[in-house]
Amino acid sequence: MNAVLEIVSPGALASLQDLGRPGFRRLGVPRSGALQPDWLRLANALIGNAEDAPAIEFLVGGLVVRALDSPVQLALAGNFSAAVRSAGGRRCLDSWRSVTLAPGEALHCGMLSPCRVGYLALLGICVPKQLGSASTYAPAGLGGLDGRWLSPGVRLQVGEGSAGEQMLRTAPLLDTAPIRVLLGPQEDYFTAASQACFLSEVYQVSSAADRMGMRLDGPMLRHRSDKGVEITSDATVPGSIQVPAQGQPIVLLADGQTAGGYPKIATVISADLPRLAALAPGQRIRFATVSVAAAELAARASAARLRALIADIVPLAAVGVLDLQAMYAANLVSGVVDACALDSAIWPATPAQEDWQNPRSSRNSPREKG
Amino acid sequence: MTLSISFRILNAGDTALTIEFGERVERRLLAAVTALDAALARAIGSGELHGIVEMVPTFRSLTVIYDPLLSTRAEIEPIVIRHAHAALCSSVAMDRNARRGRVWQLPVCYGDEIAACGPDLDELAQACGLPPAEVIRLHASVTYEVYMLGFLPGFAFMGDLPELLSRPRRSEPRLRVPAGSVATAGTLTAIYPWESPGGWHLLGACPVPLFSANWPQAALLLPGDRVRFRAVDAAEYRLLLAEMPEWYAAARPPLAFLADGEADQ
Repeated sequence: MNAVLEIVSPGALASLQDLGRPGFRRLGVPRSGALQPDWLRLANALIGNAEDAPAIEFLVGGLVVRALDSPVQLALAGNFSAAVRSAGGRRCLDSWRSVTLAPGEALHCGMLSPCRVGYLALLGICVPKQLGSASTYAPAGLGGLDGRWLSPGVRLQVGEGSAGEQMLRTAPLLDTAPIRVLLGPQEDYFTAASQACFLSEVYQVSSAADRMGMRLDGPMLRHRSDKGVEITSDATVPGSIQVPAQGQPIVLLADGQTAGGYPKIATVISADLPRLAALAPGQRIRFATVSVAAAELAARASAARLRALIADIVPLAAVGVLDLQAMYAANLVSGVVDACALDSAIWPATPAQEDWQNPRSSRNSPREKG
Repeated sequence: MTLSISFRILNAGDTALTIEFGERVERRLLAAVTALDAALARAIGSGELHGIVEMVPTFRSLTVIYDPLLSTRAEIEPIVIRHAHAALCSSVAMDRNARRGRVWQLPVCYGDEIAACGPDLDELAQACGLPPAEVIRLHASVTYEVYMLGFLPGFAFMGDLPELLSRPRRSEPRLRVPAGSVATAGTLTAIYPWESPGGWHLLGACPVPLFSANWPQAALLLPGDRVRFRAVDAAEYRLLLAEMPEWYAAARPPLAFLADGEADQ
């Protein structure tokens, strides 16, 4: 059975992403794929999709989708809450769960904070692959629907939803530890003082952050005068931290260029790149160096944490309000902007507010972390 | 030619390591990269190396990208080092028998007569102390070799530019370089396959698609291919431009742009 989900508004920026398109960097094609692949996997697991199925990735917030003639089941992952609106009223819900939209119902996603990336997984989504992936890489028109960002009116073919709703019993923790890096490949292009500064000072995610990369505000880094500010282009990877002449570091992300001519002071380890890529502008970070062996251990630990989260998906009906309150008390979903609290500001008030599940209406301000 | 190439292993995170043979654009470095790339592909095929996601050859280095959940640096690095030593020996011979790719002849409408693809022609001519027509003649007088692909899908770094045209890249990169722009920087020339930011000097426009997921190898130009440019006027440029959507959609790249006598290999 087929159903259709319509994009009413993509919010700031939304695209279809899966786990990416490895294998074509030698042709200049970046991997693309989800900026936060663990959350994509969680969202898909919540509705029983294959973990690597494509899903909607949206940045900043404001995504609105609507089920047309048939029910659609979807799952929410990320630091946001949402409201389901229909002619009959509205109900608010939190992320890290699946939900079924009845025909005509629309899901309004709130603002994302403190992370800028959210996912909507769609049961039975069907998107053709290009070069082995459905991931959208808009600069070259690859993947997604016609290689484009999602825009109002776009319709996605999905499966008809009827399965029970599920949730994560424990939402992923927001890890505020320093972002771990391996120095190199061109740390020798930087003065000792700049290397030390990079590892000791606080940097802030700037507003120049998209799927290709993220500029960091903070102390400028100086290149060694005997080495210069450019290299003969060599390969980059997601996580490469390149430093152009003026000294402001740029972290390359999923859609980042495959080769570059700026020296790269360090590379974010694979376990920490998703949480850095997902941070919203204004968030503060520090960097810390680790060994290759420690980075590999961290990668395994991160994979194990994801498996544990997925193993702990439970039917929504089995979780009472008390459990939810315990979760919030444990600060496991902190920093979420409450879509219903924002409602009065962003959306017209609806008299028939169906507030069936809102144990945290008093807690509505995003908390700065990191 | 001196044989004194060595290499060093650079850290590129916990998912990649880079074997760097040198710091400049040099044919003998490229030959070593090519030899190592081929050797590691064989090692993966034979099961000697596992967990490798992909390898990225550049002018002067090979980056090996791997999955840290499937392998470790301690397993991969010794094998890579052994093959890198062997590549240094074999690359001298390989340089003489380097892959001779196909030869392409690509049309270029030089200058800014149409669109805004060649806005830097006059400025570059001035910087080189040459009349613009001489810059065009020189740029189209050479058969270039594709050294590597990177930066954007299908972006081919080609060399070597006639020495008279060699200038460092622009001090102020542009935020928006139009797709199809034919550009130079240092000793290299390239065509921007897609609109993007860029710091190269823009001399003209090439109405040929360089990348399509519909084609068997996706990229039109591959390392080892050679490229000649042919100056065309605005009328011919517009005719070719009109055909581009069809070429993108086709199941094969536009082989009509192979130089005379080139068979499809």
